[in-house]
Amino acid sequence: MPKLEELRDAYNEARALCDKRIIVCAGTGCIANGSMKVFEALKNAIALSGLEVTVSLKSHDPKEHKHHDVYMIGSGCQGFCQVGPLVTIEPAGIMYGHVKPTDAEEIVAQSIVKDEVIERLLYHDPVSGTAYKGPGEIPFYVRQQRTGLKDCGRIDPSNISEYIAHGGYFSARDAFMKYDAEALCNLYKESGLRGRGGGGFLTGLKWDFARKENNEKKYVVCNGDEGDPGAFMDRSILEGNPHSVIEGMMIAAKAIGANEGYVYVRMEYPLACSRIREAIATAEEYGILGDHVFGSKESFHINVMEGAGAFVCGEETALIASIEGKRGMPSPKPPFPAQKGLFGKPTVINNVETLALVPIVMQKGVEDFRKVGSAKSPGTKTFALTGHVANTGLIEVPFGTTIREIVFEIGGGVFDKDGKINNDAFKAVQIGGPSGGCLTREHLDLPLDFDSLGSIGAMVGSGGMVVMNDSTCMVETARYFMTFTQHESCGKCVPCREGTRQMLEILEDITKGEADEESLELLQEAGEAVKITSLCGLGKSAPNPVLSTLRYFRDEYEAHVKAKYCPTKTCKALSPISIDPTLCRGCTLCKRVCPVGAISGEVKKPHVIDPMVCIKCGACIATCKFKAIS
Amino acid sequence: MSAEYAAAHSFNKVIDILDRFDRSEAKIIPILQAVQEEYRYLPQEVLTFIATSLRISPARLFGVATFYSHFSLEPKGKHIIKMCDGTACHVRGSSAVIDAIRNKLNLSDKKITTDDMMFTFETVSCLGACGLAPVLVVDDEVHGQITAEQALELISNIEEKEKENA
Repeated sequence: MPKLEELRDAYNEARALCDKRIIVCAGTGCIANGSMKVFEALKNAIALSGLEVTVSLKSHDPKEHKHHDVYMIGSGCQGFCQVGPLVTIEPAGIMYGHVKPTDAEEIVAQSIVKDEVIERLLYHDPVSGTAYKGPGEIPFYVRQQRTGLKDCGRIDPSNISEYIAHGGYFSARDAFMKYDAEALCNLYKESGLRGRGGGGFLTGLKWDFARKENNEKKYVVCNGDEGDPGAFMDRSILEGNPHSVIEGMMIAAKAIGANEGYVYVRMEYPLACSRIREAIATAEEYGILGDHVFGSKESFHINVMEGAGAFVCGEETALIASIEGKRGMPSPKPPFPAQKGLFGKPTVINNVETLALVPIVMQKGVEDFRKVGSAKSPGTKTFALTGHVANTGLIEVPFGTTIREIVFEIGGGVFDKDGKINNDAFKAVQIGGPSGGCLTREHLDLPLDFDSLGSIGAMVGSGGMVVMNDSTCMVETARYFMTFTQHESCGKCVPCREGTRQMLEILEDITKGEADEESLELLQEAGEAVKITSLCGLGKSAPNPVLSTLRYFRDEYEAHVKAKYCPTKTCKALSPISIDPTLCRGCTLCKRVCPVGAISGEVKKPHVIDPMVCIKCGACIATCKFKAIS
Repeated sequence: MSAEYAAAHSFNKVIDILDRFDRSEAKIIPILQAVQEEYRYLPQEVLTFIATSLRISPARLFGVATFYSHFSLEPKGKHIIKMCDGTACHVRGSSAVIDAIRNKLNLSDKKITTDDMMFTFETVSCLGACGLAPVLVVDDEVHGQITAEQALELISNIEEKEKENA
């Protein structure tokens, strides 16, 4: 039986012998920006400077403990992908961004050998230009409350001792040693922990349904099929802190009486797949997973399954079909997976982020956990903040935080179409991806939680949060999401298969200027029908982006169908014809040929076209001798 | 079809893969993934061979192979270019890059591989690197905050290298 206390203490002792620690972000984003080259360059530069560096701390055997000048690790995603590759130096708490391999020597000379800060590599506020030393000061981090992500980007995901030293696996051990299944379910019901994958169902209640099923074989499945474009928290957790997911699965397994688990990961996330595989193998080696969990009579094994590219597999019944080697099509509920799931056995399916929070709930205790967030949505939620916002990345905030705080404070403000920070350019936040809706300026102060978002036609969904400025066409955005869901519809039920196609065709007509006002009514009606009658969550939520934009940006839709005009000039067919005032000589020829009288202007002065009247016949373009009209 | 016959027709690698996954019907997806890794696509005769080995109908196997977008029944080009068209990439201008690449390689959303089998260009819905949007992946190397010009330059570089090697 592994003694967690011994492993923890041994690690802490070995760690205390290291003077400094360099953390290079090795998440997908930073690796894409070349962080591994930075890692190698730093390692070489340290060696050249005569300091002693280790990249794998051996802590098990106290006899091997020795002094190191620098302990270097590659961490999981630190969240601030925008300024990657990120390099953090502890204990000074310095964070450098956009680090290049050529910066390595300077970093070692200034910040490792000496304790000085290199100003130019620090994060600078895009508006004020103020430099911030590190995560302890950067507004992006300071205003967050990182809980599930706390150790993501701080620990070495491939070193189990580090996870244990941060309190890891103690909760799972308690679950197996001190609790029975019913008590565990009750604890999680009381905590109010709700599923972070979208629906927001009470985790403890879901477990309790599966627990009550009388069956020798039960399964715990971790849903890491993060197909929602614009969300990447599951990837980051699997890459950055895979042991937390394993521990969450172990607690779930004990709570329902399961002895086998599956982690279902998208194949688009190769790094997440390899990290979780490696973590499972290590946990087995330590006797944490396996035939005798923590030396007990109970067993728990975890398999990893890579998805093959189907968004609908995020739906739990479709995910089950996929693990069984079938086409990933959903099936009607009931029976619920808790009754009849994987291979016909009672199955609990939890999302990655939910599972990562499970051990934390036990660590903190129910009361402490409920102190954060709102009464019905306790705790924190991770959002992937992207789009037209200064600081993109992964953030974690308590439920009840407002969009204003997220976009303008943590996000650092909105980009306008010229790439400058201008908060007046804010138009909308699309939340929850293809299943969610758009929030507008009027929702800036709405406290975000499961229920408040549901009440305005959006949903937390997986937590993708895409900020859009006023150069974004909402009709085009709705069309974009509909293209996605239509393409990903599995085709099993008619409302989703045919309904999404009809909706997409109407939206295409609108963006091409081939629709009339009646189309909007038809679109609304079709959307509501698909929402009510579809078989699974994909279809039920597919109309959300359309319905919510119809609700909040009706004038934009009307401009497309009535005036045949795209206010943001995004839809090419509906971008108005205009006269270049620098080329126009005021010859009035165009005014005379215009069949609808859309052109006005005095002789020898530049003319203008009224886009609301213009029918885009092109007569003026053909007539103009100065090529002033386009 | 006997194992000897199969071996004679160089299905050895497929047989290894089937054995690795216990010839289990539940493991169809990992089997197809491994086969695609080997052949870069799923050749029809290999699919028929797998179906026979697993004692399932070819239709069942084709059903799975055509359902998931990762599986390709058509051979792919030597260089695979993927443009992310997830939400974050879309609002940050992936469409312009997609148009430029298709234009250069004479491809469309239907025709994704060049006639000389040099390039396959596809769009994917999200690579999870939204902080770097828009994102282009050229032969597994990720390029963030890409512009149309940079994308075309990357392709030109590959074309030049191929010409030198030819």
